[in-house]
Amino acid sequence: MSTVCQICMEAKATVHISDMAPTKRDRHLCEDCAEREGIIVKSHHTTNEILQQFIKQKVGLVTGDEFKCDGCGMTFRDFQSKGQLGCPQCYESLSPMLLPLIERAHEGHTSHVGKAPMTAEPTVRRQVGLVRLRRELQDALEGENYEQAARVRDEIEALESQ
Amino acid sequence: MTIDDLTGKTGEWLRGEGAMSDVVLSSRIRLARNLADRPFLASASQTERTEIYRTLVDEITQTPTGADAMVVDVDDLDTVDRGILVERHLISHQHACGEGSRGVTISPDETQSLMINEEDHLRIQGLRSGLQLEAIWDDINAVDDAVSSRLAIAFDQDLGYLTACPTNVGTGIRVSVMLHLPGLKYTKEIERMARAARDMRLAVRGLFGEGTDAVGDFYQISNQTTLGKSESAIREAFSNRIIPKIVAYERQARETLIKKRTVKLDDRIWRAYGVLSNARRISGDETQSLLSPLRMGIHLGRFDRFGIAALNEMFLYSQPAHLQRLHGKSLEGQERAIARADYLRERIGAAT
Ligand SMILES: [Zn+2]
Ligand SMILES: [Zn+2]
Repeated sequence: MSTVCQICMEAKATVHISDMAPTKRDRHLCEDCAEREGIIVKSHHTTNEILQQFIKQKVGLVTGDEFKCDGCGMTFRDFQSKGQLGCPQCYESLSPMLLPLIERAHEGHTSHVGKAPMTAEPTVRRQVGLVRLRRELQDALEGENYEQAARVRDEIEALESQ
Repeated sequence: MTIDDLTGKTGEWLRGEGAMSDVVLSSRIRLARNLADRPFLASASQTERTEIYRTLVDEITQTPTGADAMVVDVDDLDTVDRGILVERHLISHQHACGEGSRGVTISPDETQSLMINEEDHLRIQGLRSGLQLEAIWDDINAVDDAVSSRLAIAFDQDLGYLTACPTNVGTGIRVSVMLHLPGLKYTKEIERMARAARDMRLAVRGLFGEGTDAVGDFYQISNQTTLGKSESAIREAFSNRIIPKIVAYERQARETLIKKRTVKLDDRIWRAYGVLSNARRISGDETQSLLSPLRMGIHLGRFDRFGIAALNEMFLYSQPAHLQRLHGKSLEGQERAIARADYLRERIGAAT
């Protein structure tokens, strides 16, 4: 059947439906108009093309059930079917499966370069702070700068008790 | 502020200003963010979804820029009003068609819109006409800082901002520039440009983003890689290399058309004007494809019956939702095509 879309009167009608209510009528629409009318929903996953490809390749290799998120219970298989993760914790719990995928989707990159939230993730901020302070303590002790070392030690203790 | 207030004007990104505005229609940057202590939307219950929505609206409206923003509960809107927001590029098609608690906050000048519960909990978006990535960044970076100083955001030291889809992890940034490329289209060089862009891991899409066609010779170029490249490096690549290069090609193609195919070019422009100002029924796609040569004609000084401001108005108001809003009732198929033609004749009549 090669009819022209009844709405735009231009594109080829590829969506053919029969409305039953209020009266029976056949409608022949192009994909775009059908989508605008809310009859069909086109895939919005072109960004995820690489991801989808990769997922398909992986489907044959593992069942995906052996990886399950501690936070939300999502398995890798769930992720494969939804295309979206369940919670922030998923990144860690599913990392053996996710990391190669992330690497592939981002031109081989695996670590973040760029800004960080202001106060969010106090644990990360604390970890970064602790790493820096412990190094400072080491330096102070090696330089026999005990006053400085004591001050840094207090800072570390304060951070650790947060 | 209401949706009615929006429809009385054309919005910032259609001002026709900013760098390289003869080719660059608009620039956009969006940041994907999620709350650290909440599940992503794919596994959130309806209750959790509503709580996330309320939390974000509460906090956003207490930030400096959020205070005078218009808060729109998208779930409450009818189809036409949702369409208005999509046509004004304030929300995505996906957000309009979504389900459950979701919304958007819109700055009075429409340069910032924060989508709540789209694919991620929060998508901070900045939009301006022409190539203005730095100005957009200054705006949305401040919004992002204000929000993240009030709420814990999902972030990992190694992976950066954690997003619902791993394709956005890292900076969560998407820089998109909307280009009008009729010159490259008519000289049949457009495919080569698109291929080159794709080779550079850039996405090439149509006017309304993912999964849409290049209606009216508009092409949206955006980054796909969000991990391992800083926000400034991505902006720099767009502002100083990628976009200027495509703009130069497009200008060159337009020059070629003027020099080698003068009559054909003018014929295309004036025929388009003839149809737009005389048609008795016209589809949205045909309108866009006829406005395209007029837009180019205005910039090349070969068409003078009206200017860019009037053209952008027609560009916006001939789309289904705006058209129906203008008429104050819903219009079906043929009715809509007739109403569109009536509107165009009237608007062109007023401008000339
Ligand atoms: Zn159609
Ligand atoms: Zn999870």
